[in-house]
Amino acid sequence: MSRVRVLVGTRKGAFILESDGKREKWDISGPHFAGWELYHIKGSPADPNRLYASQSSGWYGQLIQRSSDGGKTWEPVGNKFVYDGVPGTHQWYDGTPHPWEFKRVWHLEPSLTDPETVYAGIEDAAIFRSTDAGQTWTELPGLRGHGSGPRWQPGAGGMCLHTIILDPDNPARMYIAISAAGAFRTDDGGVTWKPINKGLHSQYIPDPNAEVGHCVHHVAMHPSRPDVLFMQKHWDVMRSDDAGESWQEVSGNLPTDFGFVIDVHAHEPETIYVVPIKSDSEHFPMDGKLRVYRSRTGGNDWEELAKGLPEKDCYVNVLRDAMSVDSLDRCGVYFGTTGGQVFASADAGDSWAPIARHLPAVLSVEAQTLA
Amino acid sequence: MIRVVLPAHLRNLARTGSEVRVEVTGTVTQRSVLDALEAQYPMLSGTLRDHVTHQRRPFVRFFACGEDLSHESPDAPLPEAVASGAEPFLVVGAIAGGQ
Repeated sequence: MSRVRVLVGTRKGAFILESDGKREKWDISGPHFAGWELYHIKGSPADPNRLYASQSSGWYGQLIQRSSDGGKTWEPVGNKFVYDGVPGTHQWYDGTPHPWEFKRVWHLEPSLTDPETVYAGIEDAAIFRSTDAGQTWTELPGLRGHGSGPRWQPGAGGMCLHTIILDPDNPARMYIAISAAGAFRTDDGGVTWKPINKGLHSQYIPDPNAEVGHCVHHVAMHPSRPDVLFMQKHWDVMRSDDAGESWQEVSGNLPTDFGFVIDVHAHEPETIYVVPIKSDSEHFPMDGKLRVYRSRTGGNDWEELAKGLPEKDCYVNVLRDAMSVDSLDRCGVYFGTTGGQVFASADAGDSWAPIARHLPAVLSVEAQTLA
Repeated sequence: MIRVVLPAHLRNLARTGSEVRVEVTGTVTQRSVLDALEAQYPMLSGTLRDHVTHQRRPFVRFFACGEDLSHESPDAPLPEAVASGAEPFLVVGAIAGGQ
């Protein structure tokens, strides 16, 4: 029978939740790396027991951990992220030039086919690749070297490259997103990149339709349709049907279109999920009610999913990498909150239950479906 | 032998006890001690000082013989008591706030 493993990164360590395919009873192991921030943990699609974890601390900097047994044991691997060549500058919050400085790894994206290859999205924004299972890291400098690099500016959370999406049909194509530069695509394996922000409209920047400068919070794709992308921007939920060449707003009837997470049902490419958050100045749900919204039409028409979620007095946030789906039938959906809860639905969002209640603030959630 | 006392998080990372011993050839300085420490425990590279500039991380401090040596030159000789192994070289995670 299939099993599910949920990898949870928190402000104070990593936790691994496991269940059989019923997804009713969960075993929790952890904290792994107690006391450290775990921005992201993700398994290799080619070898689900190969995990990579980003471990960091304000005191001791960045570490990368690797597991080859599904998280039972770990070993530290390479943590040397050195920008290619002379790093140059990007814009600081006040508009002045600021040198590129490595701060942390926000996201790790293992290759779809090779367990030894993994990509890292870092702050200050850049993408690195390792082809030796995390021992050594090399920047793909064409992204930062894109002509717009000196104009990129950090969002409130830092200038992070937080989303990396690999195209399953075209190994040369990748998408990434940066707060607050926007989304970019490569069609040549990461050598050159182009901004793909046409149609994004951000009222908080001097030119609302600028080529770069948009605060993209997260992007999701269904593997069966790699040209269709869904985006939760700072404000606005967007979709693209042409690999990011153009975007249309699909916020529709959402009560607020601010938020961080967005994800796609494992078997229904037009079914998407968001967690509306009140505003950029009040990072919590509307009216103290935690709600997931689901669209079965790829956006615009949204339904509120409330069964099993807090009805009142809930003032947590759901951060950008803290939602994931499994690929069982019916699709499991998972998300974690800054209040330390992990909620799961084993029926594609119709009903929810907490599978962990009292963890540290959750930074990331990744579900793995195991044979 | 130089005695080095590590903070708890780095002991866990290096899978060692609170005090480790490293061999230094030549003048015993912060740099030579940290070089020897990182050679013996490669997983500590980058946790105490920057990989490239070798600048001490802001919230890491170095103490010995009741003195804060954090702002001393990394190439200044450490006290004789450290060089002889009578006193340990202390790596301290600064008492600082955070989330």
